[in-house]
Amino acid sequence: MCPTATKVTHCGTISSDQNRKNIVPDQLLDELREALGVESVSFGGAAQLLYSRDSSVFPGGQPGPVCFPETTVQVAACVQAAIKHDRSFVPRGAGTGLAGGAIPCDNPVMIVTTRMNKILEVNAEKQFAWVEPGVINLDLTNHLRGTGLHFAPDPSSQQSCTIGGNVANNSGGPHCLAYGVTSAHILAVEVVLPDASVAIFGDPEGPTGGYDLRGAFVGGEGTLGVATRVAVRLTPDPPAVRTMLLDFQDVGTAADTVSAIIGAGIVPAAIEMMDQKVIEVVEKFIKVGYPQDAAAVLIIEVDGLADGVEHEVERITEIALACGTRTVRVAADEEERARIWKGRKNAFGAIAQVKPGYYLHDTVIPRTKLTEVINKVYETAERYDLLVMNVFHAGDGNLHPLLIFDPQEEGIMDRVLAAGEEIVQTSLDAGGVLSGEHGIGLEKRRFMDRLFSENDLAAQAKLRHSFDPDERANPHKVLPSGSSCAEINHMDKPPEGTWV
Amino acid sequence: MNALEEFRQSVGPRGPVAVVGGRTRWQLGGSVDPQARLVAAPQGIEALDPSEMTVSLGAGTLLAALDEALAEHGQEVALDGPPGATVGGALAVGHDSLRRRRIGSARDVLLQADYVDAQGELIKAGGPTVKNVTGYDLCRLLVGSLGTLGFFGQVILRTRPRPEATRWLSGAASPQRFLTEIYRPATILWDGQQTAVCLEGYQEDVEKQAMKLHSLGLEMSGPLCPMVLPPHRQRLTEGPLKSGTIADVGSSVLYAPQPAEAPMIAPEVQRVVDRLRHQFDPEGRLNPGRNPQRMST
Repeated sequence: MCPTATKVTHCGTISSDQNRKNIVPDQLLDELREALGVESVSFGGAAQLLYSRDSSVFPGGQPGPVCFPETTVQVAACVQAAIKHDRSFVPRGAGTGLAGGAIPCDNPVMIVTTRMNKILEVNAEKQFAWVEPGVINLDLTNHLRGTGLHFAPDPSSQQSCTIGGNVANNSGGPHCLAYGVTSAHILAVEVVLPDASVAIFGDPEGPTGGYDLRGAFVGGEGTLGVATRVAVRLTPDPPAVRTMLLDFQDVGTAADTVSAIIGAGIVPAAIEMMDQKVIEVVEKFIKVGYPQDAAAVLIIEVDGLADGVEHEVERITEIALACGTRTVRVAADEEERARIWKGRKNAFGAIAQVKPGYYLHDTVIPRTKLTEVINKVYETAERYDLLVMNVFHAGDGNLHPLLIFDPQEEGIMDRVLAAGEEIVQTSLDAGGVLSGEHGIGLEKRRFMDRLFSENDLAAQAKLRHSFDPDERANPHKVLPSGSSCAEINHMDKPPEGTWV
Repeated sequence: MNALEEFRQSVGPRGPVAVVGGRTRWQLGGSVDPQARLVAAPQGIEALDPSEMTVSLGAGTLLAALDEALAEHGQEVALDGPPGATVGGALAVGHDSLRRRRIGSARDVLLQADYVDAQGELIKAGGPTVKNVTGYDLCRLLVGSLGTLGFFGQVILRTRPRPEATRWLSGAASPQRFLTEIYRPATILWDGQQTAVCLEGYQEDVEKQAMKLHSLGLEMSGPLCPMVLPPHRQRLTEGPLKSGTIADVGSSVLYAPQPAEAPMIAPEVQRVVDRLRHQFDPEGRLNPGRNPQRMST
């Protein structure tokens, strides 16, 4: 049974896409302005353009009213208005998503949570914090400084992405290797459900019995409701941290070293890899002291209690040297550690200086297949005459090949897309999956049936319909469906002038 | 025919059916309808790859057998259960290990599940890699669902390094300070008078932390928990502990001699649960009589 069929079988009352009107009625705007205040609802003009897209390469959709609620009650009012006017809604944080997850389809009510940006409670004793969804990830980190606790997920976009977005995408980041992805750090979440009711899933103080609706909600990409408050787990700061920079004369040796470290029973806090082209660009624009003649570098961070950390630094050094690393540099102080990370954290910004367009992929493969898959990625790029750079979370096999291009070049988009699809298939052929941390959004819906059978996808649709029987929340995302977003029907193709 | 297909056929598409693991927590969430046919999931480890830190196995495999196999490679999984418990049973119950602070939650262990649904079809949820956000998170939904949404057949689990050293200490001291003064203790138990703390990690780290605990009033114990946990889990509430109970400090779990009363469920949550049950098992044929919503933790 296909997902669409499931929807019809169990939810005979849903509206067809055609019934979701393209025209935004004045009455809807009036009701939203009444509930939120005139200054908190925008329609037309700059808002229309700004909220038509996210940070993916895809062209924008068509948003309906853009709402900036400040409370749970106001979010519920937005959803209620959407229901009354038979319209979908799309939750949105900072719009840093890379898979088109926040792109509006069917003129939805846009529920932008950026004004819900308060850290409500930090409970150091019980090691959790309640935050609003619009809190910026890095702001939470900075707020916690000095408490001895931190929020572990650290996506590369942490300077601008929101906790609500992290919840929606079950985001990762370099330090998720040892600490786990976002889901492991979300204890409870208050949600405005697609029927406008408010529910709390989970409990900040510990495990609850019953179905793990919290776990099901995290990673739902805004299709299961709107998170309005989030209880995050706070992790004790490690007493000792050591950051290492290893350089290699070929990528394969670097990849083998990753496998050897993990195989030896060491799970560092982070293992990040950058290839030669990324090193070159980072050194050109940021200058952090990476060896420019290296084919690849690994940034490895270990943390914990002091003796264990020193033990792991020694073991990693031994393993790396035995694998054929050229040099091992251990940051001597916090300044050097920050410099090593600066190159990694700002790599995407540096790459944007090279050419005006890039398409960042996100797949995960078994980590023992790193060498094989990366070599195929290089082969693919060469065959399509494209520049590819690799900067990624090597420790958990999470690849991020970046195809770099000038969108003005004749015929470039077709090559970029074809190469991208081949990279996805290469990852699947190696036993991998479609996404490690960016999500499916609009971008990878069309690949879902390469990984899952019809029955598998129908089971996923059952989860979705348990929260949202009418498919009102962020329609057309995650699961492939027969219908598509009318105004962005070229979703498979990045536009001219692609975002960087 | 392979074992998974045999299991699928044994579940079939019709009639009440219950999956039996080790029967170690058979009454949890209610008793199975006696009319239900009993089936058992496949056993045995299919693939163990220490470099990937994953293991693929039949859900009917004994936890102890898995632990023994992983121990040879210095690894373990963050699942726990009484002697005789199966992997599938531990996942279906979804209780965190007592060592959760150190090794993580049972909800984060399951990477991929091949399960049999209420229509008797084999469904794949998740994927084999250690990181994955491809589609909805059915795996986390299935863990702790007491088999009411589907029966685990084959699973792929995340493994982790086994600690080099484990040391318990105990004594008459208030437990709260140990949450902050010791870096990530594996467990802190409190029976109202005595505190027991479990340390794990590298030998030297454990020794130094143990000395610190000793200076704070705890006495060295051995590698095993010095307290005998009562059999039932309840929700920990504020106030003094009742006699005969033991609190898992920093968690919400209280071990008690009596089973907990079923918790109150908010109507908004119950509506989602009702739809979930209807979507996944409209006839209520999977593990009839058992209900995870009756578990308080």
